[in-house]
Amino acid sequence: MIEFQQVSKAYEVAGRDIPALHATDLSIEAGQIYGIIGHSGAGKSTLLRLINRLEEPSSGSILVNGEDVTALDAPGLRRFRRRVGMIFQHFNLLSSATVADNVAMPLRLAAELDRKQINERVKSLLARVGLSEHANKYPAQLSGGQKQRVGIARALATEPTILLCDEATSALDPHTTRQVLQLLAEINQELKLTIVLITHEMDVIRRVCDQVAVMDGGHIVEQGKVTDVFLHPQHPTTRSFVFDDESDDAQAVDFAHVPGRILRLTFLGEATFAPLLGQVARATGVDYSILAGRIDRIRDLPCGQLTLALIGGDVDAAMEQLAKADVHVEVLRG
Amino acid sequence: MSELFSNIDWYDIWIATLDTLLMLGGSLFFTVLLGLPLGILLFLTGPKQMFQRNGLYAVLSLIVNALRSLPFIILLIVMIPFTKLITGTSLGVAGAIPPLVVGATPFFARLVETALREVDRGIIEATQAMGATTQQIITRALLPEARPGIIAAVTVIAITLVSYTAMAGVVGGGGLGDLAIRYGYQRFQTDVMVVTVVLLLILVQILQSIGDRLVVHYSRK
Repeated sequence: MIEFQQVSKAYEVAGRDIPALHATDLSIEAGQIYGIIGHSGAGKSTLLRLINRLEEPSSGSILVNGEDVTALDAPGLRRFRRRVGMIFQHFNLLSSATVADNVAMPLRLAAELDRKQINERVKSLLARVGLSEHANKYPAQLSGGQKQRVGIARALATEPTILLCDEATSALDPHTTRQVLQLLAEINQELKLTIVLITHEMDVIRRVCDQVAVMDGGHIVEQGKVTDVFLHPQHPTTRSFVFDDESDDAQAVDFAHVPGRILRLTFLGEATFAPLLGQVARATGVDYSILAGRIDRIRDLPCGQLTLALIGGDVDAAMEQLAKADVHVEVLRG
Repeated sequence: MSELFSNIDWYDIWIATLDTLLMLGGSLFFTVLLGLPLGILLFLTGPKQMFQRNGLYAVLSLIVNALRSLPFIILLIVMIPFTKLITGTSLGVAGAIPPLVVGATPFFARLVETALREVDRGIIEATQAMGATTQQIITRALLPEARPGIIAAVTVIAITLVSYTAMAGVVGGGGLGDLAIRYGYQRFQTDVMVVTVVLLLILVQILQSIGDRLVVHYSRK
């Protein structure tokens, strides 16, 4: 459990305080994958770095499992940081050390295990991320995806309870991004690890996150379950993220010339696959035309959103039946 | 051949070569010993670094710049009382090493500072995030990552020291440069001049190629 209590951060530039994060409350439950999305300069990187105090907060306190991290002294902070893994956009591996030595580094710094135990741990970590045969290579000999896997193995070396991901897939191609996200989802399940990730891509949030916070101008402008935020975005910034991600932007198309009542239906879970529209049309005598739509997955949950125009028949009864079938109905034009 | 090199006393050349190598080895050792920590200190206290200390950095910077702007030949003479104090003599190889070290250390420290600045800040941040102490960040991350740059700096400083040793003759330092000036230049023995210059050239070539090889060996990028 990570809890921000009125945490703010300002940088001093030429004698003036420039706020990067305004007083923020946030709570991240243990075991979740919590995504923070925002454009560059929105304050998400600052927020992430406050958790392991790579940035010192200007005010407020941050509690991790009930312990006030902002009150830790230097040795306490070092011990705390060993329980928090971190991976980076540009991997930040030592170019002068082999893959195995990079993964062993946090263990050697901690100096709690002997050489044999460290070697065993490194071996099993490399096996977990699928890099056993690359143990003696140098980072420069690896692809971007492999480097990030080394980063993940290194971050997990001290068996942390929290993993911070700083734009961990932003330097990777879409295919590699999916593989790395898959790996993060797997270790989240296997190790019951809390993952906090920041990104500027809605797709990353949609694929792995349970909860999301949207940041803009140093504020969290919207937060909640990914399904809610993704399907019913409220804040303009959130909408721009959600609809930038879609090729068929239902908001941008003008349906002025289309007759009838225009509805947006949101299906979640099994309702997505039910032959619902035909049943409702037959029962109520309405005709419908599909104006826009998308069928998608949020993590493993199928979801769909359709924009329809209903004409003729008993339109009110049709809406009632749809709502009864666990479909979220919004009227875009009456 | 023997007529062409009639002025050459090969024994003198041999002694001078040994003196040059001794001055180079001794002064290089102490330059690295003193310059490496000074370079690390310059880096750490510099602008936007881990231990930014504007006042200390300004003072260190000023001292380094002052010593670097002083012509080496002046330094040699100014240093004479100090050299006598620590080595008991201002003559010969022992007398030459202190001014060589004082002349080369500030330059080497700057080169080390530059090499450390080349290290990706992200690597320092990642090491901090692992819970490393400052000492661990320096010894386990900064120095290994900067190793090729530091080896290049040692190479540059070794070659600079070779040219400095040539001036050490002014205070009776001996060595190849001294031979070139006293016999080759002042006594018009061109053959001595040619031989000593060729030997210095070979020495510089060897130093440079060893340095280059080590840099390549330790570069993993």
